[in-house]
Amino acid sequence: MTGWLSARNIAIVTLVAVLLLLPLYIELGGNRFLLSLFTRIVILAMAAVSLNLILGYGGMMSFGHAAYLGIGGYAVGMLAKEGVVSGFVQWPVALGASALFALVIGALSLRTRGVYFIMITLAFAQMAYYIVGGIARYGGDDGLTVNQRSQFLPPVDLTNKVQFYYICVALLLASVFLVWRLINSRFGMVIQGARSNEIRMRAIGFPTYRYKLTCFVIAGTMCGLAGALLANHTDFVSPSMMYWTRSGDLIIMVVLGGMGSLFGPVFGAMALLVLEEMLPFIIKVVATPLFGEVAARASEYWQILMGPLLLLVVLFARGGIDGLLRKFDRKERP
Amino acid sequence: MTLFIEQSLNGLQFGLLLFLLAAGLTLVFGIMDLVNLAHGSLYMLGAYFAATFAIWTGSFVLAAVMSLFATLLVGMLVEVIAMRRLYGRDHLDHVLATFGLILFFDESVRLIWGPEGMSLPLPSWLNRSVEILPGVQYSAYRLAIIVVTLSVAVSLYLLVMRTRIGMLIRAGASNREMVGALGVNIKLLYTLVFGLGAALAGLAGLMQAPILTVQIGMGENILILAFVITVIGGIGSIRGALVGALFVGFIDTMGRAFFPDLLRMVLSPTAASTAAPALSSMLIYLLMAIVLIAKPEGLFSTSQR
Repeated sequence: MTGWLSARNIAIVTLVAVLLLLPLYIELGGNRFLLSLFTRIVILAMAAVSLNLILGYGGMMSFGHAAYLGIGGYAVGMLAKEGVVSGFVQWPVALGASALFALVIGALSLRTRGVYFIMITLAFAQMAYYIVGGIARYGGDDGLTVNQRSQFLPPVDLTNKVQFYYICVALLLASVFLVWRLINSRFGMVIQGARSNEIRMRAIGFPTYRYKLTCFVIAGTMCGLAGALLANHTDFVSPSMMYWTRSGDLIIMVVLGGMGSLFGPVFGAMALLVLEEMLPFIIKVVATPLFGEVAARASEYWQILMGPLLLLVVLFARGGIDGLLRKFDRKERP
Repeated sequence: MTLFIEQSLNGLQFGLLLFLLAAGLTLVFGIMDLVNLAHGSLYMLGAYFAATFAIWTGSFVLAAVMSLFATLLVGMLVEVIAMRRLYGRDHLDHVLATFGLILFFDESVRLIWGPEGMSLPLPSWLNRSVEILPGVQYSAYRLAIIVVTLSVAVSLYLLVMRTRIGMLIRAGASNREMVGALGVNIKLLYTLVFGLGAALAGLAGLMQAPILTVQIGMGENILILAFVITVIGGIGSIRGALVGALFVGFIDTMGRAFFPDLLRMVLSPTAASTAAPALSSMLIYLLMAIVLIAKPEGLFSTSQR
């Protein structure tokens, strides 16, 4: 084991420090847009952390994780539309609904493995997408504006952007802590054992199905909370929150950051979202002097680069950001 | 009654169309063990190619044949450039890499054809209805789709079960290393199979183009249906794909057509009209859930891997 002063630990400490000090920087005259972007990053990082629990540690390749974002978000949105704005009602409902959905979907899809599991989770999430899009009362395909954010007891005020940001950061750190405690517990050992060799775990006498289902429900519930936060952040929910490409984005965050590493998904979420914001800009700056007007137009099509970039990461950098940091640490001490 | 016959034929037509997609998907999975999310993009490309070639040549049939070859070529190209490097890797890698391909294809289409959709007009000899039974009119084009897909299904069966290439394909599905060791050019075989799957997807896309608008993202919704079908039918089984596709095609079409009326008998009209769209889109997933409870490996699972 490397000492405390490894590149990996330095990166993690820097990350947390940046997250905590960001509002201060903005107060001192930074770009206000950054706060909104980082709130979004923190919320989606939380969703990615929850996905990492089942994908990275549990080896369950769920391609429907965005469904919980939508369910959590819609729980807040629908209740707000019906006049229930208390967060003490909205958030537990968001958590409960996501947990229930995860329980049903998990109970069905965990009967299978491998490719079937990918396709089934994808199909069920898509079902949720179509159902929500079909409910005209809550906006259907057009989505639903959340007129009022969740209300809590006085000092807590979600409309205060800095305060909301800190609440998100606190919840993100809490979920990382929860995952850390989980994976180092007996429960977590069983889950990781089932990933490496499920038959052996069952032979020892662990009912792996029940363990995996519990893990699946925990991850879904955690992501439901992220969904409730997201609805409060954007003041808007729509079926596109749970479209399957969103689930794909979450998987990308986890893999980009490093599967099965504690802070990897946070790095991944930050890398992906910052890249999404920067790539059009980068293309414009780099290519405009070379190709002129054409490049300026091409920067609208930045996703054309995103796809191949993803392909390259898959082919050549499997460990993600966490893997790179570890490799760096290994080079440091021979 | 007329409506019922018409809707059953629509269900049959849609089911057979879905079969083309699911067959390609299941073929590629069964033989190369490759999960291809970008299959829907090839479907989309087929439709775009057909719409473009129809403008260039002015002939619907010529455009269809040209776009079939174009998707075959694109499929083989994609296999040589990207897919080849993914064999034997984790399924998660396949999912991510092909997800990247989807982003790439969607954005390329936006760059080349622009964000607004296209339409593919039918020639006059297809754009009319024929009397199939006394007093029952049906669209000639949909009838043509049924004929074409049925003949493709039969020739696919003959290709896989009765020819030398088909024998190699089946052998490759059961033991890849052994086929390679026996001196078969497995690389070429894989490229061909992937191209064949792409061409099937392209065919489905170009045939669907006159019915729907040709637009970005059209492949993604239908891809999910193809997944549901492969899960129901059992991955790797073409027979399963056919049965699953017909089930899904029928239930989806019938559900949309008659479910709201059925619901109106039970619920109040307003409640029925709000619940119907949501519930009828759930039907096929319910079917999938039931199959999963009864047979987790699908109805016609072949692989014991």
